[in-house]
Amino acid sequence: MADQTLRKPSISVTPEKYQALTQQYTPKPTISKNVVRAFIVGGIICSIGQLFINFFITLGMVRVEASTAATATMIFLGALLTGLGVYDEIGKFAGAGSIVPVTGFANSIVAPAMEFRREGYVMGVGAKLFTVAGPVLVYGIATSIVVGFVYFFLH
Amino acid sequence: MFEMIIPAFIVGGTICVIGQLLMDLTKPTFTPAHVLVSFVSGGAILGALGVYEPLVKIGGAGATIPLSGFGYTLAKGAMEAVEKRGILGAFSGGVEATAVGIAAAVFFGYLMSVAFKPKG
Amino acid sequence: MNGDDITVNLKRVGNQTVVFDNPPVILSSYSVVGPKEGKGPLGKTFDKVWNDGLHGEKSWEVAESKMLQEAMQGAMNQASVQKEEIDFMLAGDLLNQIISSNFAARQMALPFIGLYGACSTMALSLAVGSMLIDGGFAEKILVGVSSHHDTAERQYRLPTEQGAQRAMSAQWTVTGAGSVLLGRSGEGPRVTSATIGRVIDFAIKDVNNMGAAMAPAVADTILNHCQDMQLKPVDYNLIASGDLGAIGLSLACELLKQSGLDTGTSFTDCGVMIYDESQDSHAGASGCGCSSVVFAGDIMQRIKAGELQKVMLVGSGALHSPTSALQGESIPGIGHAVVIEG
Repeated sequence: MADQTLRKPSISVTPEKYQALTQQYTPKPTISKNVVRAFIVGGIICSIGQLFINFFITLGMVRVEASTAATATMIFLGALLTGLGVYDEIGKFAGAGSIVPVTGFANSIVAPAMEFRREGYVMGVGAKLFTVAGPVLVYGIATSIVVGFVYFFLH
Repeated sequence: MFEMIIPAFIVGGTICVIGQLLMDLTKPTFTPAHVLVSFVSGGAILGALGVYEPLVKIGGAGATIPLSGFGYTLAKGAMEAVEKRGILGAFSGGVEATAVGIAAAVFFGYLMSVAFKPKG
Repeated sequence: MNGDDITVNLKRVGNQTVVFDNPPVILSSYSVVGPKEGKGPLGKTFDKVWNDGLHGEKSWEVAESKMLQEAMQGAMNQASVQKEEIDFMLAGDLLNQIISSNFAARQMALPFIGLYGACSTMALSLAVGSMLIDGGFAEKILVGVSSHHDTAERQYRLPTEQGAQRAMSAQWTVTGAGSVLLGRSGEGPRVTSATIGRVIDFAIKDVNNMGAAMAPAVADTILNHCQDMQLKPVDYNLIASGDLGAIGLSLACELLKQSGLDTGTSFTDCGVMIYDESQDSHAGASGCGCSSVVFAGDIMQRIKAGELQKVMLVGSGALHSPTSALQGESIPGIGHAVVIEG
């Protein structure tokens, strides 16, 4: 905060009052619309994933294997659509509906990596692949190890 | 071929709605990266507590395609490996169970990043 | 030695304002913008519209620097002024270490003063350039300011292909470069006074609401200008902030009203003017290219046409960085005002 001996701002509104004023003037996110869109697009993406699971089962895979293969396929599609410049348009419409599925994870890998290719293949693409994927893997794997520990000591 | 589609739609859509509410109702500093991290860790914890398993049974891809499903697989893998290998399993199980997903993400991610140019 | 011993004819008035004895002339102005700006309501007022933001260059950063050079070359051509006649080049942009300006300055090979005032850079450069001329340090000064949507997004926010929703309060960084040629003498509108702003921080932390972070600084500068000059907003045909966006503009109006200054209908914002509703820019435009192209294009044309006689351009800058934002610091704002009379 500014030194009290300095000349005060000329506007006669306090920072506290200004916070309230800002809240009043800032539009709120359109939650109901966002929720409906997230539900529909998220639902569609998962349904496509289910179609792949069913398809891989007809190929003779067991359910767990089919599920893994479907996830990998969805990652491929998410990465491809990001490369084609389509996924950011879906994301603008769907919000969390296209962020939360694994396709969104793929998008968050490709988007920064693709954009930083001009900074080189190692410090650009290689490093930026993990801008978002890094934290996800760190927290995901760390949590699973803690879960494993707890499970070990409880049994 | 079309079994489980409706449950996948409903469960998947609902999980995404939770993500949307997390973003819209929290501070703007809660970015898509924060959403993804919360879902992985949340999925792993729910998986460990045995809450996520029924969701996968009911919703199929609706529960496994969202990133919480990735967390669930991590936790499930760690616990199953602890059964087989003891404490070492805690380290190996999660990554083993999700190896296909991680490798696919890195490989396809790299491929697409090199193949395409951003449109801006 | 005591300061009272020297008699200096100080051109400073009041607390923050300078009034020019020989107001510098705006000899010419030139603007280059990207496709989105070209499609906007001010599209026809720009001198050149690029069809795409990359413009055949190998990166967006190189393209932005080229755009800035084009604008500055354009301003020189319009006034038929050669490089050799220019004393200083003043330029700034949004990127780290103002690289767009640095690299443009490398190509221009003029004595170069780099300036950073975030989105306020156009008004800041005009003020500093005018001081240099009126102070007798220069005959002609070339001012250039640029920003680029794609270079700014990847530095400040998210990669452009990331599938995320922008907040309703977010502003869209303009792809554009504006340039102005200032001279000691000649024909054209004149810069008569300037008010250098103070950094005002009212503890706004939301980087998606920069208009709100800058509004207090703009209001503060307008108040000080009016007080220093003993003028009222009605004495101006146009007061254009650049660029608060829709939310920041309403907030600045409200702050001025509560501080006893009625801005009337003459107060608007470059960030509100440049895009229309259908262009999905949410709260409007931002980026120092915005006020520079709106000033070099629309405002200059209206002054020259005699439609506007007295204009105050209040550049507004959000002086944070991605690092300071991640560390939880609030966003300091600044507003610089320059007055141009036709």
